[in-house]
Amino acid sequence: MARKIGVYVCHCGSNIAGRVDCPDVARFAGGLKNVAVSRDYQFMCSDPGQDMIIRDIREHGLDRVVVASCSPRLHEKTFQKACARAGLNPYLMQHCCIREHCSWVTPDKGEATLKAKHIVEAAVLRVGRHQELHSREVAVLPDVMVVGAGIAGIQAALDIAKSGHRVILVEKSPSIGGHMAQFDKTFPTLDCAACISTPKMVAVAQEPNIELLTWTEVEDVSGFVGNYTVTVRRKARYVHEDICTGCGACLEKCPTKVVSEFEEGLSHRRAIYRNSPQAVPSTPVIDRDHCRMLTKGKCGACQKTCPTGAIDFTMQDRREVYHVGSVVLATGYDTMDPTPMREYGFGRYPEVYTALQFERLNNAVGPTGGKILMKNGEMPKSVAIIHCVGSRDRNYHEYCSRTCCMYALKYDHLIKDKVGHGCEVYNFYIDMRCFGKGYEEFYRRVQDEGVTFVRGRPSEVVQENGRLVVVGEDTLLGSHVRVPVDMVVLCTAMEARPDSTDVARIFGIAQGRDGFFLEEHPKLGPVSTASDGIYLAGTCQGPKDIPDAVAHAAGGAAQALALAARGVVSISPTTSWINPDVCVGCKVCIGLCPYSAIEFDERRHIAVINEAMCKGCGSCAGYCPSGAAQVKHFRQTQVFNEIDGMLDPLPDLLLPAAEVSATTTHAPA
Amino acid sequence: MNQDFEPAILAFVCNWCTYTAADLAGTSRMSQQPNVRLVRMMCTGMVDPKYVIKSLLSGADGVLISGCHPGDCHYQNGNYKARRRVRLLNEILSQFGIDRRRVRLTWVGASEGQEFAATVNNFINDLRELGPLDTRGLAAL
Repeated sequence: MARKIGVYVCHCGSNIAGRVDCPDVARFAGGLKNVAVSRDYQFMCSDPGQDMIIRDIREHGLDRVVVASCSPRLHEKTFQKACARAGLNPYLMQHCCIREHCSWVTPDKGEATLKAKHIVEAAVLRVGRHQELHSREVAVLPDVMVVGAGIAGIQAALDIAKSGHRVILVEKSPSIGGHMAQFDKTFPTLDCAACISTPKMVAVAQEPNIELLTWTEVEDVSGFVGNYTVTVRRKARYVHEDICTGCGACLEKCPTKVVSEFEEGLSHRRAIYRNSPQAVPSTPVIDRDHCRMLTKGKCGACQKTCPTGAIDFTMQDRREVYHVGSVVLATGYDTMDPTPMREYGFGRYPEVYTALQFERLNNAVGPTGGKILMKNGEMPKSVAIIHCVGSRDRNYHEYCSRTCCMYALKYDHLIKDKVGHGCEVYNFYIDMRCFGKGYEEFYRRVQDEGVTFVRGRPSEVVQENGRLVVVGEDTLLGSHVRVPVDMVVLCTAMEARPDSTDVARIFGIAQGRDGFFLEEHPKLGPVSTASDGIYLAGTCQGPKDIPDAVAHAAGGAAQALALAARGVVSISPTTSWINPDVCVGCKVCIGLCPYSAIEFDERRHIAVINEAMCKGCGSCAGYCPSGAAQVKHFRQTQVFNEIDGMLDPLPDLLLPAAEVSATTTHAPA
Repeated sequence: MNQDFEPAILAFVCNWCTYTAADLAGTSRMSQQPNVRLVRMMCTGMVDPKYVIKSLLSGADGVLISGCHPGDCHYQNGNYKARRRVRLLNEILSQFGIDRRRVRLTWVGASEGQEFAATVNNFINDLRELGPLDTRGLAAL
């Protein structure tokens, strides 16, 4: 069949043209069968580049377009839209990649140009077999689910709720606030963390558009963008939230003591507990692993004390199903456990603390009432703060946790402030990274407060004569140092949560090498994921400080809102199709389909695709013994043509000049 | 090893993991030998055995199929289907004298640009050692 194909080879500045001879590729493409126009241009994605394609479609009556530039993951949509503006069905365009897979990875110019020709020829052969496809528009459910109620999740939920859309905010712990609820002050302004986060937590509880589900975990997600069905498990709290007044009488009567997770192991809680009197919601929860009534069937002290009869030991976990248009994931981070780093003595020496433990020591409602005290009840006379514990370390995490330099400076200030100027503070750092607004100024201020900075990662912390000694090297002075101190604080790395793999699988998203959730694009898509309608917020995507987490969350909320506000979303038409004339009704595809999108038509004795449920994975097409099942846009003829183009031996690379001039027109300057 | 022999390789890679990894390898400028040509698939589960046979008959000396790690499939379990299919395909191809090493299935996740470059380079080196593919046996298919 005769086609009129336009081929557009992008230079991408020097990104492609530096290795690939783009005019030569365009000349070569001009010699291919059915190619009517072949051009190369500096930036195809720019306005003049797109206009050139649009003009050619109109003036030359092109019925197919090939764009050879960057990865289709970056600009396929851009060029599809350009074609649509010119009145050409967007699926009659084939976008092929001669940058990421060619010019950027092939050192030799000749080889890069040859590879680009193969890629372009494959696209030209393939596009000849393309068919018009039309996207479907489906309604977007107006509600949004936010998973995780730390500061990022809270911000996202409040932003969405403000617009009038309902938010289902899911939190797996008994109360909201996340890590920020554990902090005392925030850098560099030394704002009281509680003063800025508590009003937000209360706002969440009072916002009529937010349905807050604490002590709840997401178990299953199905559906697609705009129409997700989420099953959550509401763990038994054993306290009725609607009856409990939060008076706290039960907390005093409980006879069982358990090491407190919220206090980072520095003090105890009861088996019925809440993280703090300011917790939102203030309803306590019973720890079923430690409660005497639930483990041994004897006690019930809390139940006897409760003035409203809110405690109910017969409560069971229950599942609830929610239908939402999109999901914002704000599942946060964990801090690394430094126990395996035996050189720093955490867990062996009582005066070695993690940063979060030290945060609790500073907190006015923490185990010491906000005083920096050692285990013997005295104030330390000297403190060493070790930076980059588990960060920037090949043995643990190669990345920088981004927050430690700054909170270490905050601790420096707090120690000088609370313990007194006489207390010596030593920072052992690799590099000081004070990149944010007001951060460098804060660094300067803390230096002026008389804090000592030693450049070098300490080799070990030892105990000598009852005192801790930090052993290391001052790399600026080039000398070994042994610094005796009373207390050591380890700035432990921020890391992905241990269950992040499970969460990623439930939501169908990917993780980066470091375990954090992978964004769609590191620069231009930092809150989207590979799954449409699933967005990221905060530190589940990578280490962030509070301002960055809040900004990221607002971005995630905006994406979810854009979807909800428009109310419709177009669904890719690249679903499967079963040719009724070829299908023999063997039913194998029905069992293979992961979405139960294939039904059997008993009357015609053939399998039929339900397009609304099909996601176009091609499980059926890859197997179908008769070749009846095909994925639209990935049909066998299309793939076969692509294979032919990729493997063309290209015998006569020098095309006859007449043919070139006949088919190639040059781009306007 | 035949140093003059340049194998032609076709790679069927899934859009969500290995194609993304190939993008990342490119963005990170991880040099690769130029012998591999990528064909984007939505999922390794849609790679029809015919595509592999067609590639070998059309001049490919080796075929790489690469997708998401087990458990990470964007479509739940397409990669498991690919795994079974490639295993069976290799049973058949080896009876036609095609070395099993010529059809390779790997898992390269979206963030594993380095692994992608290494996978490609290793596969090319292995094929260089195997030499050109003789498809006379395969033509009987």
